[in-house]
Amino acid sequence: MNDEVINLRNVWVHYDSMPVLEDVSITVYQHDFLGIIGPNGGGKSTLLRVMLGLVKPSRGEVRVLGGDPEHNRRYIGYVPQYSLFDINFPINVRDVVLTGRAGHALFRRYTDQDKELAYNALKMVDMLPFENRQIGELSGGQRQRVFIARALAAGPKVLLLDEPAAGIDARMQTEFYELLEKLKEKMAIVIVSHDITAISIYVDTIACLNRKLFYHGSKEITPEDLMATYQCPVELIAHGVPHRVLREH
Amino acid sequence: MIEILQYGFMVNALAAASLAAIACGIIGVYVVVKRIVFISGGISHASFGGIGLGYFLGIDPVLCVIPFSIASALSIGEVSRRTKVSEDSAIGIIWTMGMAIGIMFISLTPGYAPDLFSYLFGNILTVPRSDLWIMLLLDIAIIAVVYLLYKEFLAITFDEEFATVIGIPAHKLYLVLLCLIALTVVVLIRVVGVILVIALLTIPAAVSRRFTDDLRKMMVLSIFFAALFSITGLYMSYALDLPSGSTIVLVSGIVFSLLELFRHVRRNPPLSAI
Repeated sequence: MNDEVINLRNVWVHYDSMPVLEDVSITVYQHDFLGIIGPNGGGKSTLLRVMLGLVKPSRGEVRVLGGDPEHNRRYIGYVPQYSLFDINFPINVRDVVLTGRAGHALFRRYTDQDKELAYNALKMVDMLPFENRQIGELSGGQRQRVFIARALAAGPKVLLLDEPAAGIDARMQTEFYELLEKLKEKMAIVIVSHDITAISIYVDTIACLNRKLFYHGSKEITPEDLMATYQCPVELIAHGVPHRVLREH
Repeated sequence: MIEILQYGFMVNALAAASLAAIACGIIGVYVVVKRIVFISGGISHASFGGIGLGYFLGIDPVLCVIPFSIASALSIGEVSRRTKVSEDSAIGIIWTMGMAIGIMFISLTPGYAPDLFSYLFGNILTVPRSDLWIMLLLDIAIIAVVYLLYKEFLAITFDEEFATVIGIPAHKLYLVLLCLIALTVVVLIRVVGVILVIALLTIPAAVSRRFTDDLRKMMVLSIFFAALFSITGLYMSYALDLPSGSTIVLVSGIVFSLLELFRHVRRNPPLSAI
């Protein structure tokens, strides 16, 4: 089982004795492209924070690359919700991406190798021409790419993206998912979103989360899963191309 | 302006203004970009407890403030993390506790506290030489730490959570940053007093943000602005016989307001101009 990147076993998380995650088990493998969907407040961000070792489960076990998440989370490329940033912060694109190396270069200067990795990451996301721009001068989609480059600069084994489609227009979204297709060759990808249509076409497997996780290790989700997740009947739309997401209904 | 330099107190005052500008220019940038102005206000007010302790023990209050402001910085940084108290409540409590302790010590000290007012609102004209040495040492310590941890501070001020994830001891470094704020408060006490400290920690950095998008340049510029405001304020207070601390703060505030006003006018020309 060497290709397990993230493993959660029977994880429970409580905030003030209120359960936020109930008995969640999931394994992310090396070449997975997993989408986790669920309503706002369903515990999606908490699940990511558990994977990152930022929230300790009250019960259950979390493994990242077979070890303690607090130790191994530096192999996770984390792309937080971009809306949480102060876009006026006086920092340019190059320096944002370099902070992806800051954990490796702790208490020493950035080496040429650090700079090269940051350069390559920027190139990967096609943002090299913008490296001297202040972060607030970019569009939402461009900023998203810079934050992906920052995560890539650290050399991650898995990319975790929190609501990546928020604040990006439709055209940029297509380019964005094409970028993820490219990255999929090199690492596992986990996307968390409340917007089912945004991710369903591209991901290989889908899980539904509303405190409990409904997951069959495939891309198929049943109407029953969606009902349980969203607590109300959900109108299902099958996209047909390029894969069928939903069973005949 | 030259002839007033023949007074020894004026030379000391100029030295104090410059040393204060270095500390608040560098650390004020972090206070502004990380938006921890209220936390810094809490640290500076709470350090009044150290001044009271200095009076009570009969030692230099400025020296006594150092452990006191560091302790308040660390408590503000830790309380909200370890308990369920929200951060701003914790700040409010430590802010007022420190001031109350200061007043308590002063009232327990026999006799009258003659220059109490200058610790509250600053009096740059009465800075003794011994305090200049303390200020110089603290400046050196602040510059050294920021030089060594610049990259790490940039990562935690921009995105503390991401910094934690990639393996930076973000919370510990945040506490180090709060301690640097505490030391900056000590450097500034003689110049503007504990109550007005926050002006010099925010205004020069906020003004310099208008001119650059680079954190390093912002630091250099805000040292320059802090020195400019302090020396202008000092000269005006000498020439017009005004209290130095509040003159310095008002000069800073007026320059800031004029710049904002000018920027606003330039960016939004009146309809008739289009």
